[in-house]
Amino acid sequence: MARKRRRHHVLPGFGLTLGFTTFYLSVLTVIPLALLFLRFSGVSWADFKETIFEPRVLAAFRLTFGASFLAALTNAVFGFLVAWVLVRYSFRGKRVIDAIVDLPFALPTAVSGITLTALYAPTGWIGRYLPFEVSYTAIGIYIALTFIGLPFVVRAMQPALEEVDKELEEVSASLGATRWQTFWKVIFPTVAPSLLAGFTMAFARAIGEYGSVVFIAGNMQGKTEILPLIIFYKLGEHDYTGATTVAVSMLVASFALLFFINMIQLWGSRYKDEEN
Amino acid sequence: MSAIDYNKCHITFCAAPSKKSQSLAASKENSQPKAQQPPKYKSPLERRLESTTEPRWVRYLLTFLALGFLFLFLVLPLIFVFAHAFNAGWKVYWAALVEPDTLSAIRLTLLATLIAVPLNVLFGICAAWCIAKFNFPGKGILVTIIDLPFAISPVIAGMLFVFMFGAGTFLGDLFNSWNIKIIFAVPGIVIATMFVTMPFVAKELIPVMQAQGSDEEMAARVLGANGWQMFMRVTLPNIKWGLLYGIILCNARAVGEFGAVAVVSGQIRGRTTTVPLHIEQLYNEIDPITGVTAAFAVASLLTMLALVTLVLKTIVEMKTEIK
Repeated sequence: MARKRRRHHVLPGFGLTLGFTTFYLSVLTVIPLALLFLRFSGVSWADFKETIFEPRVLAAFRLTFGASFLAALTNAVFGFLVAWVLVRYSFRGKRVIDAIVDLPFALPTAVSGITLTALYAPTGWIGRYLPFEVSYTAIGIYIALTFIGLPFVVRAMQPALEEVDKELEEVSASLGATRWQTFWKVIFPTVAPSLLAGFTMAFARAIGEYGSVVFIAGNMQGKTEILPLIIFYKLGEHDYTGATTVAVSMLVASFALLFFINMIQLWGSRYKDEEN
Repeated sequence: MSAIDYNKCHITFCAAPSKKSQSLAASKENSQPKAQQPPKYKSPLERRLESTTEPRWVRYLLTFLALGFLFLFLVLPLIFVFAHAFNAGWKVYWAALVEPDTLSAIRLTLLATLIAVPLNVLFGICAAWCIAKFNFPGKGILVTIIDLPFAISPVIAGMLFVFMFGAGTFLGDLFNSWNIKIIFAVPGIVIATMFVTMPFVAKELIPVMQAQGSDEEMAARVLGANGWQMFMRVTLPNIKWGLLYGIILCNARAVGEFGAVAVVSGQIRGRTTTVPLHIEQLYNEIDPITGVTAAFAVASLLTMLALVTLVLKTIVEMKTEIK
């Protein structure tokens, strides 16, 4: 048996590495997830309905998905802008700006949470100039989620914009298109899949985000509670059925988004194959 | 690649003459054609560059908007952390850092990171090796499972381990009978950290190893190297930058993880609080002034680490670009 395998692969270590990988993934991911879904299968329909349709949970669903969607939309606009400027124009300190885009990834979420809260508090550096309350409202949640999601869109857009064929733009210009027409009809369609992928990644991340949001949200019952916080509370109250129900609904949404991202990437790469 | 070249070209070549052409373009924009002015000569290269970029004022406006947004959303918070951390002076800052609870939180974070990162490096290398160099059924599923922790909310990640090792579960009771506590104790924190940082190294290494192919390794084997020699002398030098990149990202997340750790830690001050959890506790302290300042003092430590992470990341990116 061992002899046969060795003849198949010149390179060593297949059995060992695959074995360890499978073991590690099983213990750390597959078994815990299976246990969660096993627990969920024991939840009765009545309990499920009761948890999901509880006004507090419903409000959290609306808030989480609504704020995440708006934040991802903002990220799509400004992320596109930032990526465009970083790829197309040159200015002093570009390298530094490019590096700093990743700050939301590198900065621990608790730090961004307390910082944004203090910054947008009525006495904070930004909050004092704003005519409306940001900290401890839904707007604060939106701000935190925008902060967290920005790098996703920028990092998805940069390679796409770099790959845009300059010759296509020249053709477009030589055929009499204005710069705006060239952008809208030539450049934008080629980078649209990447924009959608970046948007979806930012959206998916925002739905699950906890650390940066809980500080600025203020967590008022039924008003500024997000879904992960509901799970946190339910776990604290030992309401494991409720926590399982909310968690599984969130996971299904995230997995659907993940699936959607993969579909977009397929769509984008198929487009590329046709081109070549 | 080509886009960058064009841009550089534009700066060096068109710096002086483009002023005239710009004003011409601008006047066209305002639809006030100055009929008297003779058409300016534009070199073919100049015209070509002009056709693939925007008028100067648009470029400036977009750059200004983008930088303004980044300043407001990223740079200002960064400055704010340090300003707030030092607003009661050096002494208060230092006192917040050397407080016993802070030190024990730092120790716990270091411990969790020092266990989680090496294990995930080992896992990442193994996973990338078997996925990039071999073909086997179920590879796609394996790759998807590696990605899963990124798609799972940190709170749910913590919850998974409460359900696996918590009181009343089979494993929880088993470990309990051996007098090992996992949930609301240090092992739970380590496991939760391992879970959320699991994909980083593997995700960086798989494309690097795939791009490398296996010709060099095969040559090493044919020339008589054993598996270990082949790995140390051929594979590792090829993947070192990708590996370093993965470790940097993995480390940053391990140190900063909040949601997953918050669920499993139980937050016993001085015993099961990591640095991010300690920041939360300080922030919510009864005395808001000293508590918040202390929270920002500890937060400034993590912020410095984040900045170091960004610098290292940029260095690695530059190194791999040159190659």
